[in-house]
Amino acid sequence: MSATSPLAQLDDARLDDAYVPAAGSFDEMRAADGGLRPHWQYLVDTLRQLGRGGIETRWREAHRLIRDNGVTYNLHGDPRGMSRPWELDPLPLLLRGEEWAELERGLIQRAELLNAVLLDLYGPRTLIAQGLLPPELVDGYPGYLLPCHGIGVAGDRPLVFYGADLTRDTDGGWRVIGDRTQTPSGAGYALENRVVLSRVMPSLFRDSHVHRLAGFFRGLRRAMNRLAPGDAPQARVALMTPGPANAAYFEHAYLANYLGYTLVQGADLSVRDGALWLRTLGRLERIDAVLRRVDDCFCDPLELREDSMLGVPGMVQAVRAGNLTVANALGSGVLEHPGLMAFLPELCRQLLGEDLLLPHLHTWWCGRAEDRAYVLANLGALVIKPAGGHTNGGPGPRVLFGRSLDAGARDRLAAQIQAEPHRFVAQEEVKPSTAPVYVDGRIEPRPFVLRSFSVAEDDGYAVMPGGLSRVALSTDTPMVSSQLGGLGKDTWVLATEPEREETLLGLHDTQSTAIVRESDVSSRVADNLFWIGRYAERAEGLVRLLRVTAINLTARSSFAAEDEGIGCLGTLLEALNEQCHGNVPLPTADEPAALAAPTPELLSLITDLERVGALPQTLQALGQAAWSVRERLSSDTWRVINDIERHLRRLTGQPPRTLNAALNVLDPLVTSLVAFSALTQENMTHNEGWHFLEAGRRLERGMNLAALLRSTLVNVIPGPEEGLVVEAVLGVTDSLITYRRRYQSGTRVGALLDLVVQDEANPRALAYQILSLSALVDDMPRDPMGPTRSAAQKGVLRLLTELRLAGLDQLAQPDADGLHRGALAQFLTDQENGMAEVSDALTAQYFRHEEHPHHMIEHRLSAVRR
Amino acid sequence: MRFRVSHTTHYGYGSPVSLCHSIAHLKPRQTPHQRCLRSQVRVSPWPSVSREHTDIFGNRVNYFSIQQSHAALEVSAVSEVEVTAPAAPDADASPPWEQVRLRLHEAREPDAVNARMFALPSPAIPAQQAALDYALVSFTPGRPVLAAARELMARIYTEFDYDPAATGVATPLAEVLDQRHGVCQDFAHVGIACLRALGLAARYVSGYLETLPPPGQPKLRGADASHAWYALYLPSQASSSPLPETQTAPTAGESGQGAEPPAGTWIDYDPTNDCLLGEQHITTAVGRDYGDVTPVRGVFYGGGEHRLSVAVDVDRLEPRV
Repeated sequence: MSATSPLAQLDDARLDDAYVPAAGSFDEMRAADGGLRPHWQYLVDTLRQLGRGGIETRWREAHRLIRDNGVTYNLHGDPRGMSRPWELDPLPLLLRGEEWAELERGLIQRAELLNAVLLDLYGPRTLIAQGLLPPELVDGYPGYLLPCHGIGVAGDRPLVFYGADLTRDTDGGWRVIGDRTQTPSGAGYALENRVVLSRVMPSLFRDSHVHRLAGFFRGLRRAMNRLAPGDAPQARVALMTPGPANAAYFEHAYLANYLGYTLVQGADLSVRDGALWLRTLGRLERIDAVLRRVDDCFCDPLELREDSMLGVPGMVQAVRAGNLTVANALGSGVLEHPGLMAFLPELCRQLLGEDLLLPHLHTWWCGRAEDRAYVLANLGALVIKPAGGHTNGGPGPRVLFGRSLDAGARDRLAAQIQAEPHRFVAQEEVKPSTAPVYVDGRIEPRPFVLRSFSVAEDDGYAVMPGGLSRVALSTDTPMVSSQLGGLGKDTWVLATEPEREETLLGLHDTQSTAIVRESDVSSRVADNLFWIGRYAERAEGLVRLLRVTAINLTARSSFAAEDEGIGCLGTLLEALNEQCHGNVPLPTADEPAALAAPTPELLSLITDLERVGALPQTLQALGQAAWSVRERLSSDTWRVINDIERHLRRLTGQPPRTLNAALNVLDPLVTSLVAFSALTQENMTHNEGWHFLEAGRRLERGMNLAALLRSTLVNVIPGPEEGLVVEAVLGVTDSLITYRRRYQSGTRVGALLDLVVQDEANPRALAYQILSLSALVDDMPRDPMGPTRSAAQKGVLRLLTELRLAGLDQLAQPDADGLHRGALAQFLTDQENGMAEVSDALTAQYFRHEEHPHHMIEHRLSAVRR
Repeated sequence: MRFRVSHTTHYGYGSPVSLCHSIAHLKPRQTPHQRCLRSQVRVSPWPSVSREHTDIFGNRVNYFSIQQSHAALEVSAVSEVEVTAPAAPDADASPPWEQVRLRLHEAREPDAVNARMFALPSPAIPAQQAALDYALVSFTPGRPVLAAARELMARIYTEFDYDPAATGVATPLAEVLDQRHGVCQDFAHVGIACLRALGLAARYVSGYLETLPPPGQPKLRGADASHAWYALYLPSQASSSPLPETQTAPTAGESGQGAEPPAGTWIDYDPTNDCLLGEQHITTAVGRDYGDVTPVRGVFYGGGEHRLSVAVDVDRLEPRV
């Protein structure tokens, strides 16, 4: 390792001197003789011009873009299931166009070969009958799904989307180290890498004549359209995800948006009439084709894994009946059997009549006696991959490095191999090639793996120019994990001629604000949008109340019951206690409490993630609901969500110790929440989904307001203190300025009620919420056979009528005892209950997810012994 | 012998079911010893979708879906089959079991190659050391395979308790082997596990067995039952001469590979009754284990608690005059 300081390294004109690849492995940038490979020259020159500062600036810019776009990768094993930002290296991997063309030929041939194997294994099985593939390899592999045999596939390329992991051998020749045929992930990250890097290095990108990616995704769209059954010109395609908890959920949402597909989960779908349908609001929408990101064995609990909660019962049958196309075809996971590689050269000659162009790792399948003998004799030098097994459930292999096993472990492994040889595959250990990576202010060689992507077009496979390069986070990692994660690199295939700029939809669609097409808002999505509206509003109301209370408290010098204005503060604290189940101590007459008394509890309501109903949980719930409809929110909206999450992390990560410090976070937080509301108002198509978000917001604002008025005004506070309370309520409801303009003389309860209850033109008033709700509910989809007015419509009508007929003078009037406003209490409680009923009615009418499917009891065969 | 088999499965639900999907393995397959003359599966309420396909094992599978709200489901299969008992092979003249195993793994004919699937562990029958230990008692070195297999069946019959209360559908094989009790499908799994542990190919057979009432008593309706046993694969050239001709004649339903290459033989063992396939055994479907050929399985939405009742009748039909 060179000891050169990073600064010296980059400011030094001889940058390549400080970059020393490990001996014995191929490096992308530097040849074995120490010289810079010519196609890197331009990049190196550019980096020199930029200097360390310039690179740092661009690196930070890239991180900002990634964070703002919410590009995340959720690593398995993170107990909190938190997603973390995708890491992108600012240096692209450069590949020469001519070299790429050769690699591309090999990848295309390999895709065709694997596709032919797939067709045969789920069809005539001649490869097995003719002895070209042993049945133990195929039939003993859990990835070979027997129920999918003979179900038929649309088109002649059921392997629609193929990924190959590549590295170079020491001579620089490309080698396949793994085939990804199930649901190859990473193409979306490759696209995002490109979007980010071309923005932070625009001139470098432009002048390097990089092959574009959009054409590849157009090809994918063409493939899906062509495969969909029926002759509808525009097939309805859905991208099926396991859900927000999945590691690559960001990518699923991102690709769904980019391709213009509806993002669906198994629970959104249902098989009826032998076809697949999406449950939307009160309707079913036919789905012709599914681009699945769910492993095939989880796709159908009727015929495949019974314990799957991710699939759709009857999906296999819908394919069998020819009413649905799934890509990749159900069962394609069988091609990921690592032992298959040992047979590919011969299969290539038999099936395609040509030699395999692209070599892969030397592979031994222990089901073959001669392979087994070699493996057992060389266990210490090989990488052992269990090829699934019924005993341990799924096909998830755990890779073992023979050299890292002690003698006992090696003996146990040998015994296992002897017992079930067909389940074990051995491969040579490769030393991956290295590429320059920007790490901690310096450029270092790091091992990387390139995942390439191919898509089945009409006349053959098309390969994405480039792909997703992933870099090991440490220099000594023997092999980059097959999981995603690590550090991503954009991969540039350098063309000799510049290419015309193009995107998938003609516009810069990944950056467009907006939401998807009208008709495919599923019940689940509507439900989430409704709660986004409610949580966002709840958070905003809570922050406003916390802010007014905190300001009120910090402005005081003592906290004693006889203090001036203490009645107002007490009222606010009570309102807060009620709204978020708080336990803030109130000022009492007989115990003059210290001013600091309420502060710890108040801070806890602002910062404690464990407290039900407090601010952090509300913000977290908002973030989770937004994440689960990721693809519905425009990139601007998503940036605001990211801001909100950042404020949340500031509040909970290093909790502020004083109210003033907390206020410094609450102020920008309220701005973000307002921005979020504004964006959903202005940037979302006012379609069905928006109606639910908006209805959620209106209901929540109405309920919050009613609760606030009830806890502040029902108990009469004597004297001038009442004016302070009225002012505080006006502050929380952001209506102070209007109030002052309209009611010149002082602050009165009656005037307050007029402004925040009955004024139908004040966006903060109760009447405004109910009136808006009325219009929203009227526009929601209706059952034409149902009653004239839905339960929700009736509820809103009742609320509105009561509100309009209420006499504010009577409501503002204290009871005879002068202590309470009983009529006001009754009115507000009725309004609150009425709004809760409307919320329930909407839930019952639109969000009733179909129950979880159950399995029928199976009959045990029990012929009686004769 | 001709039989009329009626198999009715009834589900009663605590609350209405809005949608159900189901698959059934109820139609008897064609075998060298059995012709299925007719078979019909009726579903009530009327299914919106009803399709039949053939699975990888050559069984007929019925898929149906009910999309109207229903509180009960009845699946009833009525079939007529003609069964001839295979002649008992001369067990002592059969080749040594090691030779059969070798032949199975070296044979090139598709029939034998495809049978190797049944030598592998399967989801309900994982590899078990206990099964190997149990099998080796009968499979002593050089012993004729059918003699050893016959004895293995007899030992399962005598050493395992028939006890319907002791196991359920989900009882793992290891427990059955350890506790030595179960019902016919457990015993079938035990026999298969033993044969596979030796490297032989064995498959699961589901079907029916005609039961006769004690002399002088009338036969009770619905008192018959579905049944299960297992079959051992004998590759063609390993089988010794005195096998009946009917057994070596391949049929389309059996091998699925056409009639040209030589085909092996499946020898059926019923460990619940300690007998080989007889005239009273009616074969419905074959697979690696129970999970491949469950008579009726399904998924439904709603329904709450549900109850299952099954009635099977196997009636002799008068021979055609």
